[in-house]
Amino acid sequence: MIQTSIIAWILRAVQFGTIIMFGSMGEILTEKSGNLNLGVPGIMYLGAFAGFASAYLYENGTETPSGIVCILLALFCAFAAAALGGLIYSFLTITLRANQNVTGLALTTFGMGVANFFGAYLLQGEVYTAAPVTNAAFTAKIPGLSAIPVLGETIFSYGFLAYGAIILAIVLHWLLNKTRTGLNLRAVGENPGTADAAGINVTKYKYVATVIGAGISGIGGLYYVLDYNNGIWATTGQVEALGWLAVALVIFTTWKPLNAIWGAYLFGLLYWLYNFLPKLLGATDVERTQSLYQMIPYLVTILVLIIVSMRRKRESQPPASLGLAYFREER
Amino acid sequence: MNKEENTTLREPLIRLAKQDGVSTKKKIGIRAAAIVLALVIDAIFIVLVTKLNPIQVYTEMFKGTFETSLRFMWAMRDMVSLLCIGIALAPAFKMRFWNIGAEGQVLMGGFATALCMMYGQALPTPVLFLVMIVTSIVCGAVWGMVPAVFKARWNTNETLFTLMMNYVAIQIVAYATNILRGQASSLGTINMGSKIGWFPKIAGHDFTLNIIIVAVLTIVMFIYLKYTKHGYEISVVGESENTARYAGIDVAKVTIRTMLISGAICGLCGFIIVAGNKHTIATNTAGGNGFTAIIVAWLAKFNTFYMALISFMLIFLEKGAGQIASSFGLNDFITDIISGIILFCILGSEFFINYRLIFRHKK
Repeated sequence: MIQTSIIAWILRAVQFGTIIMFGSMGEILTEKSGNLNLGVPGIMYLGAFAGFASAYLYENGTETPSGIVCILLALFCAFAAAALGGLIYSFLTITLRANQNVTGLALTTFGMGVANFFGAYLLQGEVYTAAPVTNAAFTAKIPGLSAIPVLGETIFSYGFLAYGAIILAIVLHWLLNKTRTGLNLRAVGENPGTADAAGINVTKYKYVATVIGAGISGIGGLYYVLDYNNGIWATTGQVEALGWLAVALVIFTTWKPLNAIWGAYLFGLLYWLYNFLPKLLGATDVERTQSLYQMIPYLVTILVLIIVSMRRKRESQPPASLGLAYFREER
Repeated sequence: MNKEENTTLREPLIRLAKQDGVSTKKKIGIRAAAIVLALVIDAIFIVLVTKLNPIQVYTEMFKGTFETSLRFMWAMRDMVSLLCIGIALAPAFKMRFWNIGAEGQVLMGGFATALCMMYGQALPTPVLFLVMIVTSIVCGAVWGMVPAVFKARWNTNETLFTLMMNYVAIQIVAYATNILRGQASSLGTINMGSKIGWFPKIAGHDFTLNIIIVAVLTIVMFIYLKYTKHGYEISVVGESENTARYAGIDVAKVTIRTMLISGAICGLCGFIIVAGNKHTIATNTAGGNGFTAIIVAWLAKFNTFYMALISFMLIFLEKGAGQIASSFGLNDFITDIISGIILFCILGSEFFINYRLIFRHKK
């Protein structure tokens, strides 16, 4: 009994973690270029909606929808829509040098509006609507391995995107720390003036990092709808809350993609604690005290944040020029 | 390689130069052009998606705020709620303190007010109001000050801290309303019959006091930021902490003091929302205004009068979209799209105020 609920807890935690991991990895890439994009919630909305809508329309438009096509179509559309959101942000903040924070917040509003406005057309008056074939394709477990008791259940029974997130974290770590491109990107985020003087195309790096970063964040939204939420689309504010958590996770990981892996899962465990801790403790009156358990992840985050800041490590600082627009003649 | 050198030697097609001192007339002109452009983009969007006549849609939108005087007053009521949070955030953001926790600070203030209304019924009215004001200000101030103390002492990241404080506040309110409401599905209006702890009706509305309080705050905050020593210290710390230290400003003290004020005004905002408008408390009482107010404060460059104008514009859009939604059977998320596009255009237009484009001379 306790074993099954612990396994269920870990399953939920990893799935939850995967959403915010994608969101925060995109934002890490963006912030490394010196752009503070507070539009992550909106971008994740765009990704979630585009991914779901494309899969939904395809599923309902063909006789026998194929899982592979569903996956490719949803991934492509989610990435493209989110990247387009990133492009709006990039054009305003990089080319027109608009205030990054307000632009980001406006993008959050815009993305949420677009997703829910068009989402209502898919809903057609219903409370929710679903894309079952795509959901099945996204949640398909690894055959054989996932049947191993305990180990297989907790490690090998997720949809492929959960593993994709881990791989992406490693790739991003390698890209940022071991390649020339990553070095240049970090230089742009730390001190664009110096990077410019060294012959790095600051504008290009900022654009590419922000647009791709937005695309990656968008996959988080896609994962939320098509895997975590069982392929169900409904008008909720859930994605927005997840987007803010993704932004929070960036700071929590001190801008390091590898930290995002354990950070996201840890947060997932804490987030789902309310569903399992009362059961494990044998607590009664769960309905009324649920909110107190739901407070735990945020309190723990605050606590960890304080402890980390007390240790005051130089490497855990944000990119030096984060949030500032770059104008060559102003050096 | 040679080829590249040749191209870089040519003067670029468009060059940028920073410009200062653009005349007020031109500034207004550029911003007006931005809004017109936004309305045109929105109109194109409306036509493409809904096949409706955009002029008709905009007329309907106008009705949302201006059709009756009651609607106008409702818009004013919602505007001051948003503006009040903007006023609260202005000093914090001017100091470059990322207070994205207004949502939680407002909620805690409102929560304190609601508790006073429920348990302070025996108190004489003036005493009750005093208790409501003090507790809500204290709750908001504490919620704002805790992250500031850690920021000042250990440079703890305030963005994440204040954001997390929002969720803690939400869960506290969720827990309390769960306990208080008993079997009911929502807390319901507090003191519906006796109206204890409600603002008195002035000129026919019980939220008139809200408007008066926020109007006073608008003026006070304007003076505070522009003409007082505190306001000067805030702007120096915001520009450069090192300069502030060099000038002998106690940065830690200014940080904590400013967030105390910011949080306190948020708490007060919670108080006026609960006592003068909603008369109840729920997890969504702040309703996302804590985030929208950041846009208001930044866009106005912390000038409280501009903030009033921007708040009004945003509320006008929100009301207008509600109206469109009900008349044309659309859903009201169209507001978010329209306000998003308008904000993008206004943000982009700042570029033409701050920079000058220089085109390559034809030879």
